Amino acid sequence: MAYSDKVIDHVENPRNVGSLDKNDPSVATGMVGAPACGDVMKLQIKVSEQGVIEDAKFKTYGCGSAIASSSLVTEWVKGKTLDEAAEIKNTDISAELELPPVKIHCSILAEDAIQAAIKDYKSKHDK
Amino acid sequence: MRYFELFSIPVNYDVDLQEIGVRYLELQRAAHPDRHSGGSEREKLLAVQKTAEINDALQTLKHPLKRAEYMLAELGVEIRGEQQTLQDPMFLMQQMELREELEDIRACGSASGDVDSAIARFERHIKELDGEYSNELQGLLASSDENDWQKAADNVRKLKFVYKLKDELERIEDELFDE
Repeated sequence: MAYSDKVIDHVENPRNVGSLDKNDPSVATGMVGAPACGDVMKLQIKVSEQGVIEDAKFKTYGCGSAIASSSLVTEWVKGKTLDEAAEIKNTDISAELELPPVKIHCSILAEDAIQAAIKDYKSKHDK
Repeated sequence: MRYFELFSIPVNYDVDLQEIGVRYLELQRAAHPDRHSGGSEREKLLAVQKTAEINDALQTLKHPLKRAEYMLAELGVEIRGEQQTLQDPMFLMQQMELREELEDIRACGSASGDVDSAIARFERHIKELDGEYSNELQGLLASSDENDWQKAADNVRKLKFVYKLKDELERIEDELFDE
């Protein structure tokens, strides 16, 4: 199957690969997996006191579309507030990357990873 | 559970693979299109369809994951091709670590004499995980409690990740040793 140029670009030059210090209280982690293909994705965000995402890193084991989806969302969430980041929909991701229907689940994975990271941040701080 | 009936075996997650093999040969012999070559077009078509069904049943019954997914679907729990993500942090953390371990195996590759023992250790680990999620399936799928089916579905979803690890390991072994 042919990947779009945008997917290939993200796969060849993934943005923001790596990890943030999970012991840092301003860092939150979202972990999700897709049973359909066995892909696993970890997305971490570092959030300022004002609730703005200052940094984001990801690590994904999966196909090119899954890597591109997570790479793209790390770019998108930086500079956004948590509420703005929560607005990102899988359809935005799949449209930007021109994902074919069989790869839509990769964009769902990325959307759920942001949601999980935001949830993790809120559960740590809303006490 | 049409496939089990077709093969005349009890509806059970635990199956006798040898029995399935024997039944398969019997069924294929009886249904073989050549046996119907003298028949009408309709009979020939039916024979081809029957052969295809027998093959589908075989592929489903002999593969542990496909068998579990099939049984769940027959019970009304459809998880084949579902788009829902799995969000179990402990399980996923472990998956991440295992994927990292695989990367290490690939990276040190044939340069290190230790690769055989690393692979053996990894295989043991996968086998333990496989057992952890597979062993309960017989009981859960035989239950009449819907909660047990959901539990079985959760185990099957996790097994898909475990099988993915098996595939990845095989791919790395091919890369390392098939030169």
